[in-house]
Amino acid sequence: MQISINGEAREFTAPLSLLDLIDLLELKGKRIAIEQNGEIVPKSQHATSLLSEGDVLEMVVAVGGG
Amino acid sequence: MSDQFQIAGQAYQSRLIVGTGKYQDFAQTRAAVDASGAEIITVAIRRVNIGQDASQPSLLEYLPPSEFTYLPNTAGCYNATDAVRTLRLARELLDGHKLVKLEVLGDANTLYPNVRETLIAVETLVKEGFDVMVYTSDDPIAAKELEDIGCCAIMPLASLIGSGMGILNPWNLRLIIESAKVPVLVDAGVGTASDAAIAMELGCDGILMNTAIAGAKDPILMARAMKLAVMAGRDAFLAGRIPRKLYTADPSSPISGLIAAK
Repeated sequence: MQISINGEAREFTAPLSLLDLIDLLELKGKRIAIEQNGEIVPKSQHATSLLSEGDVLEMVVAVGGG
Repeated sequence: MSDQFQIAGQAYQSRLIVGTGKYQDFAQTRAAVDASGAEIITVAIRRVNIGQDASQPSLLEYLPPSEFTYLPNTAGCYNATDAVRTLRLARELLDGHKLVKLEVLGDANTLYPNVRETLIAVETLVKEGFDVMVYTSDDPIAAKELEDIGCCAIMPLASLIGSGMGILNPWNLRLIIESAKVPVLVDAGVGTASDAAIAMELGCDGILMNTAIAGAKDPILMARAMKLAVMAGRDAFLAGRIPRKLYTADPSSPISGLIAAK
């Protein structure tokens, strides 16, 4: 299935949860927040939130800024 | 003497809030923050750089949220929708954290705030339980309106973001300070320590800055200078300056008993 992550199209094999995706992207343990199709998915739901064809994800992190 | 600085019900020792952008590396960021004595630090929210080396350190490792109060900002947002979305993500990112810095920009050249969009964003954020420290113009009417909607601190610019032009309109800052019941912090425009001292002498409750420290030739030394300037300015404000006397001198020494007196 094709999903968009931070504006880039990526190909993955279903079924896939957000937690699986975090693992695949080597982001495990990093403090990130995720929006799935415009809705924030709380950390507590990462394991149970499944990805579907055409999903649009935004994954953000805190960076230096003023 | 008790002189507490409180933001959203939380007391702080330092009245200096610093940004974490524009440093050479995270080690320098940490050293500058430490030298500044700041307890509140601002951070930006940006997309994860997918595919980067996962072992790369992150800002949060150098400046752990357990040691500092994070103030996620909406830098780069030009409308209320984007700003609110960014801060909702920040709240999720920081485990339900409520204290935020809202800035909604109106123009890419001046980075001047768009007060109309700022007001719209504040309405939503306050309803959703955020404690909003708001960046705004030095307009006393806008400042009052933002306070009335429920912002926990008003942060007028001293001059344009990153300009280092100092306090351009002390009179407007005084008007804002005199009518505000929440803390007023200068946010943007400070160039060097004397600017910080002047803002504090005017009666500002605190100062937020980034470029003045990060952009200095020696950021660590400038961070220390800013810390001392904010403290000196606050003490001078509390002590109360002497009135200015135009064209009139007033000797410090007794005028009687001069040995040359006839």
